[in-house]
Amino acid sequence: MAHLSFKPGITRRRLLGVAGTGVASLAGAALTGGTARATPDDVQGEINKIVGGPAARVDNDKVKMKLPQIAENGRTVPVTVTVDSPQTDKDYVKRIHLLAEGNPVPVVAVFDLSPLSGKAEISARIRLAKTQNVVAAAEMNNGDVFIGKKSVKVTIGGCGG
Amino acid sequence: MAKKPRIKTPATAKQGEVFQVKTIVSHKMETGRRKDKKTGTNIPRNILNRMEVTYNDRSVFAAHMEPGISANPYVSFYIKATESGEIVFKWTEDSGAVITETRKITVK
Amino acid sequence: MKIYQTLVAAFSVAAVLSFAAGSAVAEPKDPDLTDPRVKRYIVGEKYSGYVVNEPETRDIQDDDFQNPAFLWVEQAQSLWSKADGKAGKSCESCHGNPEVSMKGSSASYPKIHKKKKTLLTVEHQINICREEYMKTKPWKWESDQMLGMSALVRMQSRDMPVNVNVGGEAKPYFEKGREFYFQRRGQLDLACTHCHVDNHGNKVRSEKLSQGMPTGFPTYRMKWQKLGSLHRRFRGCNKNIRAQPYKQGTPEYTALELYLMWRANGLPVESPSVRK
Repeated sequence: MAHLSFKPGITRRRLLGVAGTGVASLAGAALTGGTARATPDDVQGEINKIVGGPAARVDNDKVKMKLPQIAENGRTVPVTVTVDSPQTDKDYVKRIHLLAEGNPVPVVAVFDLSPLSGKAEISARIRLAKTQNVVAAAEMNNGDVFIGKKSVKVTIGGCGG
Repeated sequence: MAKKPRIKTPATAKQGEVFQVKTIVSHKMETGRRKDKKTGTNIPRNILNRMEVTYNDRSVFAAHMEPGISANPYVSFYIKATESGEIVFKWTEDSGAVITETRKITVK
Repeated sequence: MKIYQTLVAAFSVAAVLSFAAGSAVAEPKDPDLTDPRVKRYIVGEKYSGYVVNEPETRDIQDDDFQNPAFLWVEQAQSLWSKADGKAGKSCESCHGNPEVSMKGSSASYPKIHKKKKTLLTVEHQINICREEYMKTKPWKWESDQMLGMSALVRMQSRDMPVNVNVGGEAKPYFEKGREFYFQRRGQLDLACTHCHVDNHGNKVRSEKLSQGMPTGFPTYRMKWQKLGSLHRRFRGCNKNIRAQPYKQGTPEYTALELYLMWRANGLPVESPSVRK
């Protein structure tokens, strides 16, 4: 479009400042602050710390994640993680780690469960800086780790006054 | 008058019943990555970093939280009803401030 | 710098408002009005922002426990029976149980105050009670107390159709509100009608435009991460089109609220709603 050559000095950034309604930074505003974000490798690193090696595998049947396909606002994204487990004294989910590959801090939360939980399911609302994968790592009492992974598209509105 | 946490637990439950607990607490969950628009300085991080739940003094649930948890955090989980008593909820802020709430449950 | 401003404005309209760029209208998808879930919020050709919400956002609104607005409402419930001010009165002293006394009341607001002969919103009325009957300080418009109390009062009309009167003494205010609605303003030179009448269902960048119905306020807006008033939303809209916003509670915004409520006549009150 011709308007790009309108006038030197009108940089795209400046135009965004004027035209972008200030919400270009909407979802990330609270999260970015100019700091580098986590990468999938960072998240894998965190998972490796949990399992002591890259042994864990993605098993979306064992670890079911309910997340919106499209998150309208990255500031509040509802998530539910359900792990297929009898949650008995002998066989239970000890911990659920919730991680976000594209956030400045990959660890979002860690939930401690016990056989007293009765059911290995948690819900929370999380912040997502951009479109990315959300990962849940379920740590079992015997040391096994199962991974759930789901991609979430984070939209940034143009009219977020 | 501050806004109190909202907690949903059943008043009564059957022995062995697994029930859902829902919680929501009023908190900004300040990430530490936002700048004060006027001064340009960073607003210090201040979040609820831990939530602990005990059922008759036994730990049944805990959450370690990072700034990736949304403002006014909503957390839900499950508990298996074993005996009548008290469920105590405790949230700890970065500042060290603590919020506690107690709910009674009768198990038949 | 007039030329610069004009150029910027022209570019902005093209870039920000994709519908203005002609070809970008390729992807308009009206909200799915046949979804049984959204039926309650559609009346004739009118629909509320609930319909535009993603399903996960609707889930949060549909469950009063999950809806964070109820943190404010619960606070207001305690304030309702708490005496405040020199008169030693609480809301309860005069109004008893809000579920009885406030039932249906807000569906006809803004309305003309009989003695004051002026148009008032629910928030104005709450502060009249505080100042004149309780003899205490008014609450700030966007304070937690005011937002919670206004939500508590308005939710007593939940699911009842909005029914504001725009005739008689309200007529001049209605005309003023309508004029505001159609008045182009700001650097982007847009009026309310350009987005919310001509282009609802179309997208502004990644965002779907709603009809701008005011039935769910105060609303828990994810962007704000708190409860907020309708007039705060007006300010946001005005800022987005690079216009000077008015203050909450001014005659301009009060008249605009009346016009919007008239547009919404028949739609159910859904305060406190949840929006993105």
